[in-house]
Amino acid sequence: MNTAVMNPSIGIERSPGLWSLAWKRLMADKIAVFSVIVVILFVLLALASFFGIVAKGWNNETAVNYAPPTWFKDSHKPSADLSGKQPTTSGPALDTGLAKPEFVNDRDPLRDTINELKGQLGQSTGSGAVDEIKIVDPLADVIAELKKKLGRKGDEIGSGETVKKLDSLPFGADKWGRDVLDKVIKGTETSLLVGFAAAIIATLIGTVLGAFAGYFGGKIDDALNWFYSIFSSIPYILLVLAIAAVLNKKGVFTVVLILGLTGWSNIFRVVRAEYLKHKGRDYVRAANAIGASNMRRMFVHIFPNISHVVLVQLSIYVVLFIKSEVILSYLGFGVGVDTVSWGSMLNEAQNELILGYWWQLGAATLFMAVLVTAFSLFTDSLRDALDPKLK
Amino acid sequence: MTTPLLSVKNLRVSFRIDRKNTFEALKGVSFDVMPNQTVALVGESGSGKSVTSLAVLGLLPKENSKIDPQSRIDFEGTNLLTLSNSQKRELRGDKISMIFQEPMSSLNPVFTVGYQIKEVLKEHKNLTGDAAQKRAIELLKEVGIPHAEERIDYYPHQMSGGQQQRVMIAMAIACEPKLLIADEPTTALDVTIQKQILDLIAEIQKKHGMSVLFITHDLAVVGDIADRVVVMRNGEIKEQGTTRDVFTNPKDDYTKALLSCRPVVDSRPKRLPVIEDFMAGRADTMRLEQRSRGVKESDPVALEVKGLCKDFYSREGLFGKKTFHAAKDVSFKLRKGKTLGLVGESGSGKTTVGLTVMRLHDATKGEAWFDGKNIFAMSEKEFLPYKKRIQIVFQNPYASLNPRFTVGQILMEPMIIHGIGNGGEDRSKRAFELLAKVGLPEMSFYKYPHEFSGGQRQRIAIARCLTMKPDILICDESVSALDVSVQAQVLNLLQDLQDEFGLSYIFISHDLAVVKYMSDEVMVMSNGDVVEQGDSDELYRAPKHAYTKKLLDSIPTGLHV
Repeated sequence: MNTAVMNPSIGIERSPGLWSLAWKRLMADKIAVFSVIVVILFVLLALASFFGIVAKGWNNETAVNYAPPTWFKDSHKPSADLSGKQPTTSGPALDTGLAKPEFVNDRDPLRDTINELKGQLGQSTGSGAVDEIKIVDPLADVIAELKKKLGRKGDEIGSGETVKKLDSLPFGADKWGRDVLDKVIKGTETSLLVGFAAAIIATLIGTVLGAFAGYFGGKIDDALNWFYSIFSSIPYILLVLAIAAVLNKKGVFTVVLILGLTGWSNIFRVVRAEYLKHKGRDYVRAANAIGASNMRRMFVHIFPNISHVVLVQLSIYVVLFIKSEVILSYLGFGVGVDTVSWGSMLNEAQNELILGYWWQLGAATLFMAVLVTAFSLFTDSLRDALDPKLK
Repeated sequence: MTTPLLSVKNLRVSFRIDRKNTFEALKGVSFDVMPNQTVALVGESGSGKSVTSLAVLGLLPKENSKIDPQSRIDFEGTNLLTLSNSQKRELRGDKISMIFQEPMSSLNPVFTVGYQIKEVLKEHKNLTGDAAQKRAIELLKEVGIPHAEERIDYYPHQMSGGQQQRVMIAMAIACEPKLLIADEPTTALDVTIQKQILDLIAEIQKKHGMSVLFITHDLAVVGDIADRVVVMRNGEIKEQGTTRDVFTNPKDDYTKALLSCRPVVDSRPKRLPVIEDFMAGRADTMRLEQRSRGVKESDPVALEVKGLCKDFYSREGLFGKKTFHAAKDVSFKLRKGKTLGLVGESGSGKTTVGLTVMRLHDATKGEAWFDGKNIFAMSEKEFLPYKKRIQIVFQNPYASLNPRFTVGQILMEPMIIHGIGNGGEDRSKRAFELLAKVGLPEMSFYKYPHEFSGGQRQRIAIARCLTMKPDILICDESVSALDVSVQAQVLNLLQDLQDEFGLSYIFISHDLAVVKYMSDEVMVMSNGDVVEQGDSDELYRAPKHAYTKKLLDSIPTGLHV
């Protein structure tokens, strides 16, 4: 034996395995590359948010209530605007329109009423924001006092004086004045975490059960098929709600558990069929002939040959569970109030929409649509790249 | 001199592999098919014979194939390559028709055979209703299907492989074509059925006076039916001439090799000559050295099987069970260092016997005595140390190697399982030695199975068995999927290994000539029964059972004199 043989790493050109060939095919697909980049950007965003680099202050009320998106504020006329200005007017006057309502318009129908009220109270007709408010809300003073004591962040900076909040944000603000962009980034973190974690749990359960059912067949297969049939005969939403009720604790972890425990049936079916097909193949028989144990045949020999199916199914699951989490949160069974998800944003948006504040809905929908579309396209390309028949 | 019906001139076809590379499948092929003549196109896989037939039919995939503009395929004076798609479609099925290798996949399973024949008649002859029905029955009768009136309403799965191929032929001749292209029409069939189909094609050719372009890898088959033979290799024509000339006086070395690397029943050379031997000019001397086969009563017994039965069950209805006896009361003795041949047609139970002996199936009844113990009575755990001593080489080398493992992993896995060798280094050293033994380069260790040809893969499978130093090797149709020249190489390898290690073989095959060449003793099976058993030379010389006689008569002899 010469040295090159004894020392395999020297001067040996490694042949491409099936995985690297599949990777090559994937990278030759332009749509795949593009969607992979989009997905990676989302993952990076979620990671940045997880480590607190971005969107750390999503819960801070940095802007005025329902602040519109920056690019939209010129044409936006909030329905609660008391300034009475024409929606067509633009320019500097609008900048202060929301924070400090000015009563400069004589045609304001409320002005006479207010002055009348003031007159009845024997007060001077001098203008002043606090006074105006006091007339409308008698508790204004008390609330202002309380707020001062609590010293809520974002409401004021420094010496007790009410600070000017931002009147617009890139993606606008919600009803508490929280930044929608920060919220939607935080929501990305939640969604991706739920999507991947639940997909991995469901895939693990489904693959192991499917492998046992398909490989051993007989009574094990019958038993698992019974279990599967009963499981899948319960309406899905009902099952999810039931488990949510049993767990009775809101939070990301609960959502992951719910989706993971209920979602394994698809992959069980697919993996079982693959194992049924592969267990009779010659290479598995050959493995039996050389004395490989059942576990070895199942997971060392067969599994790598069906792993592409599992991978594609996993990736379908991620998309599915991201959407499911949104639905759960929208229905109020998802994440708690201490965190944010696209679903809870949509839930909030449902009330805001009547008032014409569409940006929370828009941001959540945009992010979700882009991620889900990119991931689905990636899944399609992955399936093509991994399918040995479509070479 | 009559004008040829089909004339292929300087046909060049190349395929695009990727953006930069093209592969030249045909490098200037020219031949003629005269009216009322059968021309055989012979070549091994990759020779370009099927590409030629697809080019004639205009069925080459447009997006990645390119036909050289200088090429011509003239059919009755018109160049087929210049015809439009609809003109080509009119020709196909009407004047030119084709039969394929796999009748099962060429017939549509959801339509009755009658419907499929009538469809052809409607498309090209405008025959419908009773006239079409009548003609279809006529056709089925002509191709020798009994009770044609009933069978016309059968679905393809209700017929046997041979009958399906007859239906394919009926469809092909429905419009009385001038040219029939038969692409390996008998390769998927048993040897007795093969003979019937060959006879049928020859008979129909004579009766209708049509021309046949017969494509096959098996030179022995064409001797019976062809007038002319065209031998192809790697996209080139090596030799063409009348069948008699090619068989009795081959000029090209490759033709000579093809003719003699296939084992024949009446001679058993020590090694089969392969193509390299012909190129080196040493083939003639090799053929003189004969090997003697046969067993003596004093030879030690490696394995003795007594009364082996194997039943399979299929569920029928809700509780019912249907029993199928795959092997009935099979008994034999396998002698040390000798080969027991097992022949029979598909469904005869020969593979079942092989798999049951090594406990890949559980025997229903019977004993197998190996090394003084009954291995059928052992538990799975007790059997494990014996498992490595009985090994198997499967038929399809494309399926029996795990595509996700490198050859190195494939070879080292059995050593790891059985604790052979100490450590990875020792094991890889053994793997390299075995690769050299089966004639593969060292580099193979790092490659994946898909990078190898069929013959090379079969060598890997053999090397995998050898890692465990078995006493008995079961070869289940191990060379049936290989080209004849490669088959000869693998058979030589098996002979060498038997000489070197004293292995005992159970050699299972449907190919009687190969079994004769390899075996000391032969067992003939039919429908799960052993019909005849004995010394191989004697059995082939004087078969006693009618079935054995029928099998032996069906062997293609090469030249029909």
